[in-house]
Amino acid sequence: MNVRRPHLIDPRISQRVAFTGFWLVALFVTLPLVGIVLYMLYRGGSVINWQLLTSMDGLYPAIVGTTYLVSLTALIAAPVGIGAAIYLSEYAGRGKLVRMIRLAIINLAGVPSVVYGLFGLALFVIILDWGRCLMSGAATLALLVLPLIIAASEEALRQVPRGLREGSLALGASKWQTIRRVVLPNALAGMITGMILSVARAAGETAPILFTAAFYSLSNPFPRTVFDPIIAMPFQLYVTATEEPHVDPAFTWAMAFVLVALVLGLNLVATFIRSRLRRRRW
Amino acid sequence: MLSKRITRVSEWIIERFIQIAGILGIVLVLVIFFFLLRNALPMFHERTIAEVLTGTRWSPTHGEGHFGMAPLILGSLYVTAGALALSIPLGLATAIFIAEIAPRRVREILKPMVEMLAAIPSVVFGFIGMTIVGPWIAANFDAIQVGQFAALGSLMLCFMALPTIVSICEDAFHNVPREIFNSSLALGATRWQTIRGAVIPAARSGVIAAFLLGLGRAIGETMTVLMVTGNAQVMPEGLEGFIRPVRTMTATIAAEMGETPHGSLHFHSLFTIGLILFVITFSVNTIADIIIRRSEKDIA
Repeated sequence: MNVRRPHLIDPRISQRVAFTGFWLVALFVTLPLVGIVLYMLYRGGSVINWQLLTSMDGLYPAIVGTTYLVSLTALIAAPVGIGAAIYLSEYAGRGKLVRMIRLAIINLAGVPSVVYGLFGLALFVIILDWGRCLMSGAATLALLVLPLIIAASEEALRQVPRGLREGSLALGASKWQTIRRVVLPNALAGMITGMILSVARAAGETAPILFTAAFYSLSNPFPRTVFDPIIAMPFQLYVTATEEPHVDPAFTWAMAFVLVALVLGLNLVATFIRSRLRRRRW
Repeated sequence: MLSKRITRVSEWIIERFIQIAGILGIVLVLVIFFFLLRNALPMFHERTIAEVLTGTRWSPTHGEGHFGMAPLILGSLYVTAGALALSIPLGLATAIFIAEIAPRRVREILKPMVEMLAAIPSVVFGFIGMTIVGPWIAANFDAIQVGQFAALGSLMLCFMALPTIVSICEDAFHNVPREIFNSSLALGATRWQTIRGAVIPAARSGVIAAFLLGLGRAIGETMTVLMVTGNAQVMPEGLEGFIRPVRTMTATIAAEMGETPHGSLHFHSLFTIGLILFVITFSVNTIADIIIRRSEKDIA
């Protein structure tokens, strides 16, 4: 029987062509990640050594500054972010207010990082008069990672089965007792994942700390109080790359290497924990 | 008795804290908007809105100061348009590949790799762009003289916006009911015909939302564009503008705020740019959210 073919090209052939194209695209989009990681290993890996990481004119001040910065950021953002997640998952209904809260959080996640920097400058540095310091930078970064923490924590809370909550309530526990003793312990691992991701994000951000915390060089780079200025890795990388032509390129590459290794390492840990969690059976 | 009362009081305090944390998101958006507005408004005591938005000369420290933002706004538009022109087709194709074509093994490697792209700090993208990609392009293409230009920003941004676009598109494809896919196959269509004719149209609103969110992401990116687009406050013209140095709104804030005296006209003008950026990203994100919600409702 003669079947009429409405297609100019055999659909099976056009499928093969199209799918080949998709494979190529998939290969192409992995290129930058693979390229960056390999090139970092090649350029940075060859110059990195213990001496560079721990000496005062090496990366040590920037590593210390970034460590302080992300720790304080996490310390500020965690209680608020987890609180907001508990509200959204355990207390809030489905009303207009919740709809607005969710919209606000989505918008917070979309605010450009340099605009956070402006806000931090206006509020923390100028009005609250903290100056350009660790505290101003951490507070600014805390705002930036808040949506991340809320999203991860809420997902973790929602994965705790209802049955556990109902069981606890049926035994006479109050709502908060149930949350604290039953829900939170079971959601803890997921929340930690969110914290790790936020720390990674905060460690790599430059624009928010440009005018709120970071300096290129300081006579004493180790802050004694939270109101002391700091040196931070991403800012250091930015300045050495753009304004310091005399710095040994090996040094700059080493810094980029450490930054990428830190951020991707944290992300890998978070991805690993998350994939373990998704396989959990209740 | 007493301990029970203490428990009750502390529980009350904790629950109020949780409530406050819950609505903090709304408060923060309002407070950010308020602070930007407050620091931007003094600008307009001395300059008119039209003067600022359409002026073609940005040189804030020259004489009385020229605050024409048109070159910066156009610079941002060029870089963003270029980034979207690259990342939308790439992102869409990657999402289709992950959702419908890739074997499970490949999908499980590709998906985290794309997500990982979002984790690379923008300053690192900028560093690689200015030290490797830019000089390489300038050395190999005659039309491009300097290794820092608008389209280089677009290229770097394309990869940075990709994870957002892929994840939103992929969600949209997953939300397309399997019945549509299966009925199309049952009618004799190939998988590619099904994807093209049934799945993509059904996921249209998700794709539009991805476009908007990618736009918001690209226009707000700062460090990468600051490092690779050349920092030239000139009006980009025609297609050639893509291969010439430009200056975006974000890069201007980042480059100039550090040395600007607080409370000066220059200071307020940079907050005005921040306000414009905030309004753009706010609108784009809100519209995208409305579109996503509406399409989810339609499917339900």
